[in-house]
Amino acid sequence: MPSEVSEREQKVLNIIETARAKKQKFRDAQITMAHGAGGKATQSLIEGLLVPAFANETLEALADAGTVSVLGGKVAMTTDSFVVNPITFPGGTIGELSVNGTVNDLAMAGARPLALTLSLILEEGLPADVLKQQVAAIAVATEAAGVAIVAGDTKVVERGACDQMYICTTGIGVLDDRAALSPSALQPGDKIIVSGRIGEHGTAIMLARGEFELDADITSDTMSLWPMTDALLERAGPSLRCLRDATRGGVASVLNELARASRVAMIINEAAVPVDPSVAGAAEILGIDAMYVANEGKLVAIVAPEAADEALAAIQSVPGGEDAAIIGECKTEPEGMVLMATAFGGKRVMDQLVGDPLPRIC
Amino acid sequence: MKYVDEFRDPALGEVLAGEILGLVEAGRQYKFMEVCGGHTHSIYKYGIDDLLPANVELVHGPGCPVCVIPMGRVDDGIALAHQPGVIFTCFGDMLRVPGSEGTLLDAKAQGADVRMVYSPLDALRIAKANPDRVVVFFAIGFETTAPSTALTLKRAKAEGVGNFLCMCNHVTIVPPLRALLDSPDLRLDGFIGPGHVSTVVGVRPFEFIPAEYGKPISVAGFEPLDVLHAIHMILMQLKEGRCEVENQYARVVPYDGNPRALQVMSEVFELRPHFEWRGMGFISQSGLKLSEAYADMDAELRFEVPGIRVADPKACQCGEVLKGVIKPWECKVFGSGCTPERPIGTCMVSSEGACAAYYNYGRFAREREVV
Repeated sequence: MPSEVSEREQKVLNIIETARAKKQKFRDAQITMAHGAGGKATQSLIEGLLVPAFANETLEALADAGTVSVLGGKVAMTTDSFVVNPITFPGGTIGELSVNGTVNDLAMAGARPLALTLSLILEEGLPADVLKQQVAAIAVATEAAGVAIVAGDTKVVERGACDQMYICTTGIGVLDDRAALSPSALQPGDKIIVSGRIGEHGTAIMLARGEFELDADITSDTMSLWPMTDALLERAGPSLRCLRDATRGGVASVLNELARASRVAMIINEAAVPVDPSVAGAAEILGIDAMYVANEGKLVAIVAPEAADEALAAIQSVPGGEDAAIIGECKTEPEGMVLMATAFGGKRVMDQLVGDPLPRIC
Repeated sequence: MKYVDEFRDPALGEVLAGEILGLVEAGRQYKFMEVCGGHTHSIYKYGIDDLLPANVELVHGPGCPVCVIPMGRVDDGIALAHQPGVIFTCFGDMLRVPGSEGTLLDAKAQGADVRMVYSPLDALRIAKANPDRVVVFFAIGFETTAPSTALTLKRAKAEGVGNFLCMCNHVTIVPPLRALLDSPDLRLDGFIGPGHVSTVVGVRPFEFIPAEYGKPISVAGFEPLDVLHAIHMILMQLKEGRCEVENQYARVVPYDGNPRALQVMSEVFELRPHFEWRGMGFISQSGLKLSEAYADMDAELRFEVPGIRVADPKACQCGEVLKGVIKPWECKVFGSGCTPERPIGTCMVSSEGACAAYYNYGRFAREREVV
C-alpha cells in the first residue's frame, strides 16, 4: 500500500512543517550558552520572549537596525554589546569590534553611520594600561569608520562580576536614499555574494584562547563595512535586495534567516565559497564548519541577477573585498531551506545551528 | 590539503557513482548500515547519499558514542558535576545530550564547573593545574578513544596525580552489532564497517558478520571516496554472491589492529557485565569500567552517584529505526514528543542521527526521491 504509506508520511511532514513555521516559543527554564550562540535557541529567545514583549512593527522586522522617522527624515538605530575573551587577539581588539560591529549593523540597514554612544563596564582591578590601549583602539576605529562618539557611560563592577571589560555601543545613521533593503525582498533567481574569505574572526578568537595548541597565522577580519556598502549602493542600489553582516552563526545562519524571511530556497556552491586554507585546516581539525563561524568584516549581499556582476565588481573595488565571490542563488523550492552543492558533487541541507557549534568527537 | 584532497576528488566520485549505478539491480531495495557516526557525518557533509541510486538506502547505525549514552548515565554525570570542588570535563558534543532533567550545558548554567576538553590529556592538565580540586573526566567512545583514556590514566597514576578521576562510559563495538544482527526483523543487506574503531581492534572481530549472519561488510575510511568505494565493494559482493569482510581502509587499518593499544586497554579496563544503550536497552559485555588496579581513580567509586536507570520512554522506537524496520516518521513519538530541540532517543540526539536528519531534511529527501 505505498500510496497509503506516503499519505501518512506526508501527514507527519506537514506536522513538522507547521511546527517549523510557527514562531519559536521560549520555554527554557534558564539561560544557557546556547541562547547566545546565534542558533535556534537565540531565535527562541528573541522571537519567543523579546519581540512579543515590545511588540512593534519595526522590531518585528528583525533587521540589524531599526528605523525611526525623525522630522521627515529616516534614521536607523542599533545597539550591540561586546564581551569577547580575550580582549586583544590577532587582527583586532574588543574596542575595534565595538565600533565596527555597530557601524556594520547600521550599514547593513542601508544607513550611513553618523554617531555612536559608548558604555564601558569595567572589572575592579583592570590595569589602566589595558583600558588605555582599548580606548586608543576605539578612537582609531571611529576615525577609520568616520563616526563620532557623542555620549558615553562608565560602570565598575566587583572583581569577578565581569571579565576585564564589556563594551556596549549604540549607533545612529541616516537611511541612504539609494537603499531599498529588506530581508523579505529576496526573489528566486537572485544571486548570493559573500564579500571575502569566511570564518576568520571566529577561528582567530578560538586559536587566541590557546585551548587547542594549534598555531596558525589567522587574524580577525574586523573592519567597517560602510565603504563597501557605499560602493554597492552606488553601483547596484536598486537591484540590491538585502545586506547582512555574517557575524555570530556565520554565513550559514544569515542565509537560513533570509531564506525563511523571504520564503525562497537557496543553493550554495561549496567550491565557490572563499575560505583561507588555514581556516579550512583549523576547522577540519576542530571538527567545525567554517560556514557557521563568525566574521566581523564580511557581508552577504543578495542581488537581482542582472546586477550581480556589477555588485561583485563594486565589492572587489573596496579594500577587504578583493576575494568576494558569487556563491549561489535563490530558487523556489524547497521553500525556506538552504542547500549546499558540495565540492564533492553531492547535495545537502545546510541547516540552522541548534546551539553552539560544538566540536565532534568522531 | 595534501593527502586528503586526493580522496575528495569529484571526478573520481562521479566515476564511482556511475559504477555503483551499474551494480544495482532495478526493482531491488538495498539497505546498508554505516555503523560509525563518523561515516554518517561524512555522508552528510559531502552529500554522498545524493550520489547514490534511489533504491540504495543508508541506515545510520548505533556508532555515535555520544548518542548511545543513556539518560541515567547523563544524570550520574550531572550529579558528579554538581559535587563541591569538582571540575567536570568532557568532549564538546556530550554537553547537549539530555538526561532526565536537562543536559550538562544546563548543569553548567546552574553553576557546575563543566569544561569542554579535546582530549583526556587536557583533563589531566586541568587536574595538575588545580591540585585543590577534583577533576572528573567523563570518558566516552568505542575502542577508538578508549586507548587514549587508558594512556592518560596510566600517566596520571605514574605521575601520582591524585585528583584525576574518570567516569568510564567506554563501549565496545561488537556486542551492539551482534544485538542488532540477532533481531529476527533486521532488514539490512550489508555493513559499512567502522574505520576508526578498526585501527585499534582490526578487521578480524567483524568476521562473524558474514560467517554467522551472512551479511557482507567493508571496513571503510572517512573521506567521500572511501565511503563510495565501500558501498561499491558491498554491492560487488552481493552481485558476485560473495559474503565476507573486506578492508577498504587498508591504508590505515591492519587486519589485526593495534596490539599495543589493545594491550594498554586490557591493563586499564575490564568488561562490565552489561551496559545500557540509549534506545537499545542493556547489552551484555558491551561496556568498560576501570580495572581493579585503577579502581582508586574511578569516579563512580569515589563519589556516590544516583545510578538510577531512567527507562527510555516506551514509545521511543530507536531500536526499530536502527534495524531498518521502520522509518523515522513511523515512530510514535517522532516530531511530537521527540524533536531535535527536545530529543528522546539516540536517533534524534545527534543532528546526524536518522531521526534528526529526517526531521530537518525530510522535505528535501522526498524531493530527491521524486527526481
